[in-house]
Amino acid sequence: MKTTGLLAISATLAVSPAMAAERPVALKDAPGRMAVENYCGACHSLDYIRINSPFMNRQTWTAEVSKMINAFGAPIPQTDAAAIIDYLSVNYGDK
Amino acid sequence: MHRRLFLQGVSGALAAPVFFSGRSFGAERAPLTFGLPQGDYDTAELASLPGKRQLIQLTTRPPNFETPVSAFATPVTANDMFFVRYHLAGIPQRIDVQQWKLDVGGEGAATPFQANFADLQRNFAQVEVAAVLQCAGNRRGLSNPHVPGVQWGLGAMGNAVWRGPRLKDVLAKAGLKPGVIEIVVDGADGPVLAGTPDFVKSIPLAKAMDDNTIIALQMNGEPLPYFNGFPARLIVPGWTGTYWMKHLTSIQAVNKPFDGFWMKGAYRIPTGLFPTVQRFATQENEMNTPVTEMVVNSLIVSPAEGTRARRGETVNVAGVAWDGGYGIRSVAVSVDNGATWREANLGTDSGRFAFRPWNYRFTADAAGTRTILAKASNRLGETQTDALIFNPAGYHNNVVRPTTIVVA
Repeated sequence: MKTTGLLAISATLAVSPAMAAERPVALKDAPGRMAVENYCGACHSLDYIRINSPFMNRQTWTAEVSKMINAFGAPIPQTDAAAIIDYLSVNYGDK
Repeated sequence: MHRRLFLQGVSGALAAPVFFSGRSFGAERAPLTFGLPQGDYDTAELASLPGKRQLIQLTTRPPNFETPVSAFATPVTANDMFFVRYHLAGIPQRIDVQQWKLDVGGEGAATPFQANFADLQRNFAQVEVAAVLQCAGNRRGLSNPHVPGVQWGLGAMGNAVWRGPRLKDVLAKAGLKPGVIEIVVDGADGPVLAGTPDFVKSIPLAKAMDDNTIIALQMNGEPLPYFNGFPARLIVPGWTGTYWMKHLTSIQAVNKPFDGFWMKGAYRIPTGLFPTVQRFATQENEMNTPVTEMVVNSLIVSPAEGTRARRGETVNVAGVAWDGGYGIRSVAVSVDNGATWREANLGTDSGRFAFRPWNYRFTADAAGTRTILAKASNRLGETQTDALIFNPAGYHNNVVRPTTIVVA
């Protein structure tokens, strides 16, 4: 009857934890920030940007944004993508 | 350079200016190693997910939390200290194990079926395997130059005793037909946007039929922690964590190489760059190949970086070593920055897939800084590298890593 006992434990755990509250991530205030918050933040927290800095540059940020659009299907219009790349390169790049 | 980052990152002795701080108010500075991107030090903090003690939070959505090095003082990693890694933020809010179902089928299955949790527990032999689960990108943050991705330090890994049915027994019930080359696995977590490729992986048939490849229903004698794949995850001992599908819902036998993004467009290394016995032939091309088995590696757990020892004190250097499942043969330790080396004592052997604990004692007889190194070798004769084997995604970093202490 050990199996039954294990099932009971598992079933209790099944009422699973609510997601952790997301910590607010402050990005630098500069032109393009809103596009970043809206488009990038739709799928992932913005700490992804902070931890990937400041070693990225315009070329690598461009590749990353292109990957989000082409491989991950992010619906970012071209003008907004340009603003996002500018913002990331200037504020979270090695210049 | 090391020293500066080390001080900022670990001891806080040179605290970064306030305006650099991105940590939540009152949050504790995370115990990170040296050499990571500055953004890690500015952003990471100690935080708890439901069911977990404090881990090093790198990202929140999806959650990516690493285990502090101090938690590896015991060779089995506690469930509530085990690292958490997700690619996509579509994680179910709850999973009811009574409702949970696993589909086993595919074009290569003669008798597809659906199993519930009780079926998997009752209808198949339950086996145990102690095995290291390590993210392929563990130590990515230490790549030089840095490469994009989650900037993991040393703790995107853990060792646990996993228990559940063998994958090959579950596949046998589905009646595998000739022509099957890969087994495709999917889990309950998925993308936020419909246009984002779901996280789906495949493994070669031979690895699926390995006696050690199991569907874990338990971890260290408990149900799986929610964020480690509750209620069932695939265990692929020796291979990097990318194949260890969490929240398992689907197992499909296929006759063609699976061509999803997470096989063809991610988790790949340049072909031939690393020594690899178990390759993934049906997914390999001339340019690149899937990252498969782990490379031999070790971690110095104590003394912690920056420890102060008294002159004349006996210092116990201790840590863990692991590889892709061939077993650790030896761990060499140097307490003089590589000038001389001694064999460490190897601790309990819990199987060739598990962490192998080791230790070495020395007397801190002279004042000054001491740089301690550890270098593991496996039974194939493979050894950790002295210089980074750079690759664009930062995988397989097993560079011999210094721990510096101060003797005074």
